[in-house]
Amino acid sequence: MDRNSNIYTILFAAVVVTVSAVLLALAVMILKPAQERNKRQEKMTDIMYTIGLDDEALTQKAIAEGKALNYKLIETYFNKYFNKQYALKADGSVDKSVKAFDINMKTEIKKPENEQRFPIFIGDVDGKKYYVIPLYGKGLWDDIWGYIALEEDANTVKGVKFGHKGETPGLGAEITKKWFEKQFVGEKIFDKDGSFKGITLLKGNKDPENNDKEDHEVDAISGATLTGNGVTDMIQERLQHYLPFFKKIRQQKN
Amino acid sequence: MAKKHKWQDLIKDPLNENNPITVQVLGICSALAITVKLMPAIVMALSVMVVVAFSNLIVSLIRNYIPNRIRIIVQLLVVATLVILVDQILKAFAYDVSKQLSVFVGLIITNCIVMGRLEAFALGNKPLDSFLDGIGNGAGYGLILIIVAFFRELFGSGTLFDYQIIPQSFYDLGYVNNAMMLLPAMALITLGIVIWVQRSLYPQLTEKE
Repeated sequence: MDRNSNIYTILFAAVVVTVSAVLLALAVMILKPAQERNKRQEKMTDIMYTIGLDDEALTQKAIAEGKALNYKLIETYFNKYFNKQYALKADGSVDKSVKAFDINMKTEIKKPENEQRFPIFIGDVDGKKYYVIPLYGKGLWDDIWGYIALEEDANTVKGVKFGHKGETPGLGAEITKKWFEKQFVGEKIFDKDGSFKGITLLKGNKDPENNDKEDHEVDAISGATLTGNGVTDMIQERLQHYLPFFKKIRQQKN
Repeated sequence: MAKKHKWQDLIKDPLNENNPITVQVLGICSALAITVKLMPAIVMALSVMVVVAFSNLIVSLIRNYIPNRIRIIVQLLVVATLVILVDQILKAFAYDVSKQLSVFVGLIITNCIVMGRLEAFALGNKPLDSFLDGIGNGAGYGLILIIVAFFRELFGSGTLFDYQIIPQSFYDLGYVNNAMMLLPAMALITLGIVIWVQRSLYPQLTEKE
């Protein structure tokens, strides 16, 4: 057959494309379970990180029990420390038909508010209660996300964990660093009168050492204003959906 | 058309005299982007090596059947398929590293080294030679990546493979990590120094006026 004819060219293209498509489809199918497991593991470790159970703490726990820290053990720890998780409706009531852990924030936040379910993970470590809430929003270039853990008063921040898809390395991408995440610890999301303030990333913060934990502000990263605004908005937007739920817990307590 | 190639030369040449980064100056962007730490740099180097070697092999196997008019498209298809495979495998078995490499695994497709070797070598040589040529060029690329990443991680973070190397007593005396090393600009300068050192050791590499 003439290798320069149109028919040969088209046939050749069709064959290589088919072969490559079949190969890729197979690979994706075979690798999917392992990839899903990685994602679940990351979610569990991220959530545990916010309440102080970071990799190091978990590894030490595992060593103390004479086991290696693997997916199974991480799952065991997660289920032990987070034995309650709820998918909340907009009014703060629990939707029992949805499993909070399986909610994909990326698609969930695109739904209208009354159709969204708001996942919350309730941690219980050594008798202390924590509320961990997933965050999702927009940074400068692409999506940013994270988790914020509140202490039993549903006001004081216990810890945060941030992630991003494509923020600028060295600038916006710094939000995932420990020094940045540490600033949030101890901040309050409600003011003294009990109205919701969130946490603002502020440039030229008057409190660069971040000693004032009542100001609802942390120091922003220079050169990453828009990523910082994204983080502020994300915290503000996500947490306000949980206000009805927080109100309920407070009433129960009083 | 096909020349006889010595196998050891196919591997050895790209490591030094014909290094894809420092001599041919290809694949610079990824070399700047993912050399902040050693671990991702090594994984990236291995990924590129696998992709170059196997795309060379496959294209060389079908080189006599590829219609000339869609040659580049077929090569791209082969490369893209391999890159997606590598990306999926990393996501399944080296999740943390694949997150650090993020888009750069996907961008191996656009790495000039890959297309360059396909056009310059695989289309005119036997499969085994082409495969070795791919391994050699991947190794040459990886070698430079590892050298640059070594200095960047050591001076930028004070660690190697995330293990603290520079002792705490240095920091107590006022030593600070050079954050500049973490930025691509210093990667370019580090790479420039590597090229400089290489050319002063091997004067024959310097372009004639």
